[in-house]
Amino acid sequence: MAKIIIDGTEVDVPPEYTLLQAAEAAGAEIPRFCFHERLSIAGNCRMCLVELKGSPKPVASCAWGVRDCRPGPNGEPPVVNTRTPLVRKAREGVMEFLLINHPLDCPICDQGGECDLQDQAMAYGVDSSRFHENKRAVEDKYIGPLVKTIMNRCIHCTRCIRFSAEVAGVPELGAIGRGEDMEITTYLEHAMSSELQGNVVDLCPVGALTSKPYAFAARPWELAKTETVDVMDAVGSAIRVDTRGREVMRILPRNNDDVNEEWISDKTRHVVDGLRTQRLDQPYIRDNGRLKPATWQQAFGVIAEHVKAAGANRIGAIAGDLAAVEDMFALKEMLSRLGVQNFDANHDGAAFNPSLGRATYLFNPTIAGIEQADALLIVGSNPRKEAAVLNARIRKRWRTGKFPVALIGEMADLTYPYDYLGGGPDSLAETAAGRDIFADTLRKAERPLVLLGASALTRKDGSGVAALAAKAAVELGAVKDGWNGFGVLHTGAARVGALDIGFVPGASGISAAEMAMPGTLDVLFLLGADEVDVPPGAFVVYVGTHGDAGAHRADVILPGAAYPEKSGIYVNTEGRVQIANRASFPPGDAREDWAIFRALSDVLGAKLPYDSLAALRQGLFKAHPHLQRIGQIAPGDAADIRRLAAQGGATEKAPFRSPVEDFYLTNPIARASAVMAECSALAERRTALSAAE
Amino acid sequence: MSVRRVAPPELQPKEFSFTAENADWAKKQIAKYPPGRQQSAIIPLLWRAQEQNGGWLPEAAIRHVADILEMAHIRALEVATFYTMFLLEPCGKKAHVQVCGTTPCMLRGAHDLIEVCKRRIHEEPHHISADGNFSWEEVECLGACVNAPMVLIWNDTYEDLTPASFEKVLDGFANGQPVKPGPQIDRQFGAPVGGPTTLKTVKA
Repeated sequence: MAKIIIDGTEVDVPPEYTLLQAAEAAGAEIPRFCFHERLSIAGNCRMCLVELKGSPKPVASCAWGVRDCRPGPNGEPPVVNTRTPLVRKAREGVMEFLLINHPLDCPICDQGGECDLQDQAMAYGVDSSRFHENKRAVEDKYIGPLVKTIMNRCIHCTRCIRFSAEVAGVPELGAIGRGEDMEITTYLEHAMSSELQGNVVDLCPVGALTSKPYAFAARPWELAKTETVDVMDAVGSAIRVDTRGREVMRILPRNNDDVNEEWISDKTRHVVDGLRTQRLDQPYIRDNGRLKPATWQQAFGVIAEHVKAAGANRIGAIAGDLAAVEDMFALKEMLSRLGVQNFDANHDGAAFNPSLGRATYLFNPTIAGIEQADALLIVGSNPRKEAAVLNARIRKRWRTGKFPVALIGEMADLTYPYDYLGGGPDSLAETAAGRDIFADTLRKAERPLVLLGASALTRKDGSGVAALAAKAAVELGAVKDGWNGFGVLHTGAARVGALDIGFVPGASGISAAEMAMPGTLDVLFLLGADEVDVPPGAFVVYVGTHGDAGAHRADVILPGAAYPEKSGIYVNTEGRVQIANRASFPPGDAREDWAIFRALSDVLGAKLPYDSLAALRQGLFKAHPHLQRIGQIAPGDAADIRRLAAQGGATEKAPFRSPVEDFYLTNPIARASAVMAECSALAERRTALSAAE
Repeated sequence: MSVRRVAPPELQPKEFSFTAENADWAKKQIAKYPPGRQQSAIIPLLWRAQEQNGGWLPEAAIRHVADILEMAHIRALEVATFYTMFLLEPCGKKAHVQVCGTTPCMLRGAHDLIEVCKRRIHEEPHHISADGNFSWEEVECLGACVNAPMVLIWNDTYEDLTPASFEKVLDGFANGQPVKPGPQIDRQFGAPVGGPTTLKTVKA
């Protein structure tokens, strides 16, 4: 620790701190544009100038280390002043230079109201300009369908360049030219290809990079802001949903160092228009092959008719990837009361079995724990597409050095280099048996991490693959005291929660694959499950939000609430219990899913004993106490993984395939979004182009 | 300084790759830097690409060099647009004249040389003459102030110019027999005009 005096207050900070960090530790606020905690230091905006005693000129506090300060003549701690007239004058000068070429178009700028330059000009700007020449004019650039550019406003902080090169790992942005003519662009205005590109909009301290889909849609001060969590992938990123009236206008990231830091993927951010289109806003009943609008009572009546006619063993329920824990809990409770045992949330056939223990399906090392890992084996997963934000965390760890990564599965650009060990379970068996070079690397590592993609378990030999991966983790020292390096990366936000509450086949129940076989069931409930192919025969009740595959197959549609329209618990891939808050209301006659089941249960003669979400949660917490610890992880038991490893099982030779063929279209909300469709088409063209080369 | 962009597509060659000789040379340049730091060779490689392409740097060459050095295309473009000695648009086939216009040369008559350029080559800098053989631009100090005014054509400087001797230089390039580079008056390199003025008694 090093002592330093800031504005007369002596503070003790680590010597590697910069003056800016030290000043913040002392409670002094330093204005800045180019500096960002999660990016490298550029030191080019000069807004953070402070006075350092002994230095003839003010110094840029973001780029000046505490350990680089000279002590006083008698060994006194270095003295820094952040509020002297000199500092103020220096910053005013910097601000005047920045404003020389910055257009005065705040009234038509989307950043207006949440602009760093606007805010800081309030403190350091002067009311008039001494610059009488013409302002610089810069051509706007095309850099993709998500980020709009108004390059006159750019102040050359280079945050976006550093983000794309460092965090996203796709170095596409750059600064061409120099001096006054420096311009931010991609190579010849190609569209950016990163899944995290939307974050440059948040990083831009001015209005040079703004959100294209949100352009001119709303002003920040007219939006209601709701803090919630994302369900587009199993990471559970912290987000803020901004609404105006009933309409969701935009989605922004929130800071959560344990999960997403402050990044979110483009799907999370730009799925907004999908919440408005293709919505189911009233119940429908299929009549002579056509879906006809109906009332809730009519719809319930038809369902009751079919449920009563069917035996309990011929009724089933499949939960999709966006369902909240409460929804699944209510559905399960309702059908259990009728004696039904056929539940499955593994609609893709994944071999997750909660009876083996929670550790066998969690990302045990935790997302933040990736930074402690010192070797990584990825099995059957493409984290860049399945969990873009988690991939950024892996890349962050890789950038700090000494982090060997190996992949078994489909080859892909993960934004960091890796050793390719093979495509299928055979290669995994080789590694588990310690027969390849990387096994040695893992064994020598103190905290090795085995990342198992959930999709690797959707194969016929899924349980064998799970056991093999667990064996690799155990044999190669990933599971030991104080470190559990066996991590399952899920793709669906609902899956871990479903497994936690046991939304899986009961003792005599059948799996989703069996339920979807012709003739096995009379009545099938689909809770937002659009990825299941249900052949003709069964009477299908679809409870969901969008007119997607499930609704097309349905015999009765019950319109539910999408994730920003209901309060619900989601458990992310780490097993972290998070609560999504309601930001808006479901459209038309649509209702929150749990309330639908509560009302339906009455009609079915299996009345659920709760009339409010709070009462439901009480029941839920009683049955599954770990769900009430919001924001926390109930850790899995490492012994479960050893048992899973011992279980064994046959594996096939076929190589692993990534489940996410199209990052932008993985769920019904995204498939309803025009923005996501545009991104998807662009990505497809890019793939075709690079294949042609 | 002005905004610098790569030449429009209709002027760009479709492809660019180093000749076998230049590719070998590039390998040697890259070997000067430790593994993983091969990007450091970007400037020599771009320069060689410009020489190979007759004095200007096409977009395909920027990509080619970036691919050789395993760096993002935008990073190579940043370098190519930063340095004004990389010409991004086609230049004269026989000579691209860089006239120094910085103070010493300006005081000694750089303006007259520029007038010659305007008359003989093109009214505007960076434009190719009607016959396609010449282009010119004004540049900052090229470091031959003692012999001002001067011009740089390809790798050689022509110094102590007058409009008349400058025209001779241009004539030389036009008819394929360039005059001798260096001072165009009676002097040896940067030595005094008309022979030594000091140390005359020292014997060789």
